[in-house]
Amino acid sequence: MKILIVDDFSTMRRIIKNLLRDLGFNNTEEADDGNTALPLLQNGSFDFLITDWNMPGMTGIDLLRAVRADEKLAGLPVLMVTAESKREQIIEAAQAGVNGYIVKPFTAVTLKEKIDKIFERIEATAG
Amino acid sequence: MDAAIETDGELLASARALVDELEAGNRAAADKLIDALGKVREQSLFRELGKMTRQLHEALNGFTLDSRVAALAETDIPDARMRLNHVITMTEESAHRTLSAVESTLPVAEQLRSQAGSLGGKWRRFRNKDMTLEEFRAMSQEIEDFLALALEHADRIHGNLSEVMLAQDFQDLTGQIIRRVISLVQEVEERLVELVRLSGGVDNKDAPSKEDAAALARGQGPAVPGVEGAGSTVSGQDEVDDLLSSLGF
Repeated sequence: MKILIVDDFSTMRRIIKNLLRDLGFNNTEEADDGNTALPLLQNGSFDFLITDWNMPGMTGIDLLRAVRADEKLAGLPVLMVTAESKREQIIEAAQAGVNGYIVKPFTAVTLKEKIDKIFERIEATAG
Repeated sequence: MDAAIETDGELLASARALVDELEAGNRAAADKLIDALGKVREQSLFRELGKMTRQLHEALNGFTLDSRVAALAETDIPDARMRLNHVITMTEESAHRTLSAVESTLPVAEQLRSQAGSLGGKWRRFRNKDMTLEEFRAMSQEIEDFLALALEHADRIHGNLSEVMLAQDFQDLTGQIIRRVISLVQEVEERLVELVRLSGGVDNKDAPSKEDAAALARGQGPAVPGVEGAGSTVSGQDEVDDLLSSLGF
């Protein structure tokens, strides 16, 4: 399981990376905004994308739309982990095809729950 | 000769006509010409006065009616104050979370150290065959207890370290808030420069337009209690989950 973590704050990337390692996901890479994330996604075989919303350069919502618009990446599970907490934004992300949405600050338990739920749903639709 | 006198040529013609009329003894016609010449002065005076009035009016409008400046003073600056206070609160909470986790880890480490030390001493006596059967039985029990304790304490240390790690999320959240305040300070600076330019007589005001949708797409940053409009921001992960499940998630 190869996971890409996208956040403009390196501290948050480290936190998520460590939490993922605790959950048994050791294969992670990092990017600091959508512009650097997109080529990584297109060239690497990532299985999961965790992205922040508010980033300079390309935002997380634009990255999500770019992923969904890309034939090769359209099916990639995307979990948004962000401080953006306006209802319109959550609805916007849902409409853009996000698989899960976590508001910061969050706990390790929440991260695990959301990731588990995303995979459960993927398995349910696949099988 | 009632037509307005505009050009130098017309002025000269009027002056010549006046001399002609006076030489001819036509007093009434001469008076008329003198009136017309006087009006030239008045007209340019009124024109200048009108120009000045308009400039003054525009400057005052620019000064008092720039709604953005008013919004900055009434809303954004107090907002920024609350945001920065929120930053203090968040950094304080994070520091306390970290310190609490460290404080509760230190005695755990100390307990492990002292029990390992005590068991180490006994173990050495056992290896030197300097131990009674009774003592050996007691030590066996102690080792068993210690292994269970080590397991439990390792979990506690792991939990506390995770807490320390998560407490560092303040850097991202406060960073986002501070960035917004920085951009506000920058805007205030630009407005002040504009006001200075305006009072210097150069007026190039451009109506500031703010597109809410575009602002939302850029991102709003972390919710700050008492700053964002209540009701539009979710209050926690549970509300996010409710909202998403209402959308069929």
